[in-house]
Amino acid sequence: MSAKTPESAYAELVKGLWEENPVFIQVLGMCPALAVTNTAVNGLAMGGATLFVMVMSSLMISSLRKVIPRQVRISTYIVVIATFVTVADMLLEAFTPLIHKELGAFISLIVVNCLILGRQEAFASKNTPRMAVADGLGMGIGFTFALVLLGGAREVLGKGALFGVSLFGDAFEPWIIMILPPGGFLMLGFLLLLFASVKEAKENLNGSPAADTSDERAA
Amino acid sequence: MEDNLQLLWIFVGALLVNNFTLSYFLGLCPFFGVSGRLDTAFRLGLANIFVMVITSLCASFLNAFVLPHAPYLRLISFIVVIASTVQFVEMVVRKLSPVLFRALGIFLPLITTNCAILALALFQTSRGYGVLEGIVFALGAGGGLTLALVLMAGLREEAELSNIPGIIRGTAMNLIIAGILSLAFMGFAGLFSAS
Amino acid sequence: MKIPQSVSLVGTLTLAGLLSGLVIVGVHRWTEPIIRENKARALQESVFEVLPGSEAVEAWVWSGEELDPAAGDGGAGGSEGDAIYAGFGAGGEFVGWAIPAAGAGYQDTIRLLYGYDPQRRQVVGMRVLESRETPGLGDRIIKDLSFVSEFEALAIEPRVVLVKEGGDAPNEVDAITGATISSQAVVDVINSGNEVWLQRLPETTPAAPSQPPTEVSP
Repeated sequence: MSAKTPESAYAELVKGLWEENPVFIQVLGMCPALAVTNTAVNGLAMGGATLFVMVMSSLMISSLRKVIPRQVRISTYIVVIATFVTVADMLLEAFTPLIHKELGAFISLIVVNCLILGRQEAFASKNTPRMAVADGLGMGIGFTFALVLLGGAREVLGKGALFGVSLFGDAFEPWIIMILPPGGFLMLGFLLLLFASVKEAKENLNGSPAADTSDERAA
Repeated sequence: MEDNLQLLWIFVGALLVNNFTLSYFLGLCPFFGVSGRLDTAFRLGLANIFVMVITSLCASFLNAFVLPHAPYLRLISFIVVIASTVQFVEMVVRKLSPVLFRALGIFLPLITTNCAILALALFQTSRGYGVLEGIVFALGAGGGLTLALVLMAGLREEAELSNIPGIIRGTAMNLIIAGILSLAFMGFAGLFSAS
Repeated sequence: MKIPQSVSLVGTLTLAGLLSGLVIVGVHRWTEPIIRENKARALQESVFEVLPGSEAVEAWVWSGEELDPAAGDGGAGGSEGDAIYAGFGAGGEFVGWAIPAAGAGYQDTIRLLYGYDPQRRQVVGMRVLESRETPGLGDRIIKDLSFVSEFEALAIEPRVVLVKEGGDAPNEVDAITGATISSQAVVDVINSGNEVWLQRLPETTPAAPSQPPTEVSP
């Protein structure tokens, strides 16, 4: 966890996108990241739902941070998060029934996404609502970005389409394993590998010592 | 299908064919976090099975008597049940085996956020399992989770000693190992073919 | 001071619970009618598809002893185990029964809806609602239109039978090449659905419901 005091809301927001990206750097929220990213649309929907829950929970918990007693803080966080997850579930079921069916039980599973609980404990409970919302937004958008990237990669290789739009026509022989469970694991592994090599190449170019991001791994 | 065959299908289905971890992507936090050591992984798996069975029983009870009146409280009530069960298990383990308690460390309370447990309750509800089916499902799912944990731990212990390039080590390697395991488990499909 | 502290702890949780309950109930009341309507519409679409010619749906519920129209549910009620759906055409004439059924497929459970015409004693349509079969192979039970069309005039006596190819008898279905098990699963599910429901069907043809049948423009 970064020990520096928040400089600005904007900085908080941006850090969630890349430097402390929940999926690629912090390796949190794996369950939904792999389970519903068989297409880009599903990744986008899950990311959006998680973003909603993140922001609303951060806002609420940060606003109430002086009032929640320490001993019951985790239970309170969970109740707040579960409330917003239930709301998101109902909204999705009412207004986008097809997506709701695709995501299924994983919408409810947002409540145990260690990312959200982790951010409340590590950040929202210790900062002003404005900062907390910025952090929530940043993490949520970073998470969505990771999910869309993963989902898009799997969809392009596994179906020859992106966002449902066929890219290669009939001649394309889809690499079906990519939209099946092993594909999720493998694709994320490859993406992590890709980002790690890019990072290493950048550091070699700059000649600076490798930035130690291992301490960013929030519980 | 006769009842016994149906129960067997539920058990084997959750254990092998649609393994909770390798096929449904559940329980990944402990899967990647704790599976560095074989014995810890096994014991955590057992703790998970226990929590799952109790959760399944409570979920059956809730679904039968309480939730038909307020279906939107399902998620919160399940979470409360899980959190309480884990708290209970923590107390029992601490009393009976302080060594195990220390070995499991933070992963014991983290069972609460293990998506596999909540998913068990949710799947059980959406599939309309009764009490017996729920327990069999919990045993199969927990067993599958433990199986995946133990396999992963064993493979990682081997990998520690092998000559793998530094850049791949870490989460990327674990993911690729998991992907290959998942691929292997796909071979179980059709185990219970309709005859 | 122990007592006030416990009070404040319990108090906070209770307050949180109450607030959360308020929010959830509020959103629920807003979204529930929409959700119900979505479900009804989806169900009706499926029924219209497996009972060609139908334009109205009525749910019938099995009480353990007899089959009766569900009370005022508009065709959306009933859990899977005990409800089937009667389809009525434009003029109010009875078209057939849409029966939901499920069973083990290759990868996981397959849930489907099939239409049954008691006068001709034939399956007249089939639609897979949920399945996790292998994409490109098993999922052809959904995508392969020639397979689906095998269920448009399928005799059910003595039972539906799957054959590898060239099935000419009225009760035979050609399996999808490379997806024999998934195809067999669909046939088995229909057979077991028949075992359960055919004996429960009423002797007389149902009349169109007295209140205006629920109609949704397709």
